[in-house]
Amino acid sequence: MTAALNPKFSFETFVVGAANRLAVTAGRAVAENPGTAYNPLFIYSGSGLGKTHLLMALGQGAKKLLPHLNIEYLTLDEYVEAFHAAVAAGQGDAFRRRFQNVDMLLVDDVQFLTNRKEMQAELLRLTEALQTAGHQIVLTSDRPPAEIADLDERLISRFSGGLVVDIGAPDYETRVAILRRKAEERRAKFQPGVLETVAAAEFQNVRELMGALNRLVAYQAVNDVPLNAEGAKQLLGLSATARAGGPAATAAPSGDEFGAFLHDVTVTVGKAVEAWRARVAEAVLRWEGEGYRTQRLEALLEQEAPAGVDDVIAGFARDAERLKALEAEVAALDPGAAGQSLFRDPDRLADAEAAAERVRAGAAPPPGPSGAFPLAAYAVGRSNEVAVSAARAVIEHPGKRYNPLVLTGKSGLGKTHLLNAIGLELAKAPGAIVACLSTQAFIDELIAAIDGNRMDWWHARYRQATALLLDDVHLMAGKDRTQEELFNLFNLFQDDERQLVFTAPQHPNKVTGLEPRITSRLEGGLVAELAEPDRAVRRTVLERLLAQQQIAPDAALLDYVADRPVDSVRALVGVVQRVIGAAAAQDQPVTAGLAREVLEGQPAEQGRRTGGFRTSGLVVSSLGGIRSREKMAWDWPDPVDRIVEELR
Amino acid sequence: MSLVNFTTREITCKIVYYGPGRSGKTTNLHYVYGRVPEARRGRMVSLATQTDRTLFFDFLPIDLGEISGFATRFQLYTVPGQVYYNATRRLVLQGADGVVFVADSQARQLDENLESLQNLQSNLLELGIDIRTLPLVLQYNKQDLPRELILQAADLDDALNFRGVPSFPGDALHGRGVFETLKAISELVLKRLSAGSTA
Repeated sequence: MTAALNPKFSFETFVVGAANRLAVTAGRAVAENPGTAYNPLFIYSGSGLGKTHLLMALGQGAKKLLPHLNIEYLTLDEYVEAFHAAVAAGQGDAFRRRFQNVDMLLVDDVQFLTNRKEMQAELLRLTEALQTAGHQIVLTSDRPPAEIADLDERLISRFSGGLVVDIGAPDYETRVAILRRKAEERRAKFQPGVLETVAAAEFQNVRELMGALNRLVAYQAVNDVPLNAEGAKQLLGLSATARAGGPAATAAPSGDEFGAFLHDVTVTVGKAVEAWRARVAEAVLRWEGEGYRTQRLEALLEQEAPAGVDDVIAGFARDAERLKALEAEVAALDPGAAGQSLFRDPDRLADAEAAAERVRAGAAPPPGPSGAFPLAAYAVGRSNEVAVSAARAVIEHPGKRYNPLVLTGKSGLGKTHLLNAIGLELAKAPGAIVACLSTQAFIDELIAAIDGNRMDWWHARYRQATALLLDDVHLMAGKDRTQEELFNLFNLFQDDERQLVFTAPQHPNKVTGLEPRITSRLEGGLVAELAEPDRAVRRTVLERLLAQQQIAPDAALLDYVADRPVDSVRALVGVVQRVIGAAAAQDQPVTAGLAREVLEGQPAEQGRRTGGFRTSGLVVSSLGGIRSREKMAWDWPDPVDRIVEELR
Repeated sequence: MSLVNFTTREITCKIVYYGPGRSGKTTNLHYVYGRVPEARRGRMVSLATQTDRTLFFDFLPIDLGEISGFATRFQLYTVPGQVYYNATRRLVLQGADGVVFVADSQARQLDENLESLQNLQSNLLELGIDIRTLPLVLQYNKQDLPRELILQAADLDDALNFRGVPSFPGDALHGRGVFETLKAISELVLKRLSAGSTA
């Protein structure tokens, strides 16, 4: 079904002239780097100018370099037929699979997509699949994508997305070269001037030229006398008065004035558009096609005879490649920073280098402490004074006194608050970069970095920090890679006398799943425990909470609530909020009496969640429900429980 | 107008046929039109009065196809020759890459030729173009008329061609000199390519 690549059609047998140089260059680039250079490559030209030849040469060139490559060459008609046959046989999926596994797909004559909506959809799907997989697509057509009638917009943009090149009609010199080569291939010898005469006739395409040559060869084979230029002219009907063959046959009866004019113009243009201009133009086309700004090259074209054109082009290419590498690097480190226009402008290479350097250095600093936990707001009492004084020592002499500082204690005692407070104070120092985050976030970021293959960036990001504060370090248990990374950071920070602070629910040696090397290091500094809040702490917290709610502190209330033992600050906050909520619901001032009424009904020691739904139901009803500040989901009784309640 | 666009690989030449009324500018274009293969030429737009005088201008686009990888197009314009259509003339001149001055070889038309040539110069000046920098070619048309009625090319050169630009005797009706003129002006225009001008 798939036509084999005709070995006669190779790059070696393709005569390169001004009109097709770009197409051939692009073709070679694609053959050498399938899937990366220009994808898709779209070649268009009039009939008989070498599209198929180039397409096959491309396939063979690629095959020669990479013999294992799965290359499929076919014309669009063959593709359509294959598709219909597959669909008729109920094997549409097999058909799709077959083409999706092709490394290089060469499709000839795609202009026949006109009016074939279903084939366009199929080809769109295929190109998408192949491009995503990095497989090369090369298409040819007799016109540019945008001019193929009735072609899906998406296909047009997809086809145009790679490189679109055209092959022009060969100029006189190329025609002579083609004729010479073909005559040689046929081992035909002609008198001097014969081939030039044929070439001078304006054959519009190479096929017609070949037809003319064939006639000459055939004529010469049956006649003993070698053909001369005049004879060739007569044979081909190229005499002065009439020209057969080419479309130019419509030319004037009194000689082909237009043809001669065209020839002259061609020569003039050829001289004017000197070779270097063509090279510059090709470079401009190439880099512009890849999305780079090319003013530097375009400036060359403004000059009359610039020196060192090739150096400039090569320099530009170097810069553009460097930009490409930088952009790829930056994209890997920080996808948000890539895609900036400065990575597309070789004239701003220095800026791009600087930007890349910033990204490399981890321009995005690690997460810092939360501003919601200032040290001033931390209630101090006997229960936590050791930890707080250690924290103050750390703040005053970061990295020198207690390194690391490990804060332990049960949940809700203010470890996180103190950790962030230390972070905030440390961050006040000039030039300080404080990494303060939860261990979970730390792990997540590490995983993302490993996943995105951007460990360098991750390292840079944390190594630049002047202090590392990790909340809930016990979450690292069992995570070997994180522990290893932390171990390295740990050593680095300790060597540089940079502060490390951690929090954990228990003493590090009681946390299971931590490697001994981590545990021993955590123990190496100071492990400060936060105990259940004492009365002083409770009272301070209470006063602060009431002040926040703009409630005048009532001594009896303060004494009553502060005297109630609670196991954590968080529980105390819950108690206070419950009282305030009740007061708001009943539209009464917050008093000791109200607090007693609310709290005695439900002992505070009983955690609200563990307190059972029964009491919970009572509270809700007593508050009149809706306006309660603690209207959390778990405070609402389960409907089933409610029903039981009412039955009782 | 950009003459050569290296980025889109296009060459576009706008050539204006200038000259006094009835000197044969439109005839030149008609002859060219008749010789250009159909596929290569656009529709010739001619706005003429009933007496065959050009009212506005003639326009003939010619597509020369791909030359050295450049899509090359010529646009030939004529201006109305009559004195009172000067505004139109200036408009057509705008953006011209080259001018063909078609002179009437008849002896009695010499003054008109001179007047038109001066008009060309002043119009160009108003467009900010120095006539010395613009590619210009002269054609002495109607050389087929009886010798006693016309001036010879050499005499006309003396009278009109004080800048020493290429000049051609012509007979636009029968095609003599038409393509020679076109060739000459094209060459001049295209040579500016090598000067890298994208004016």
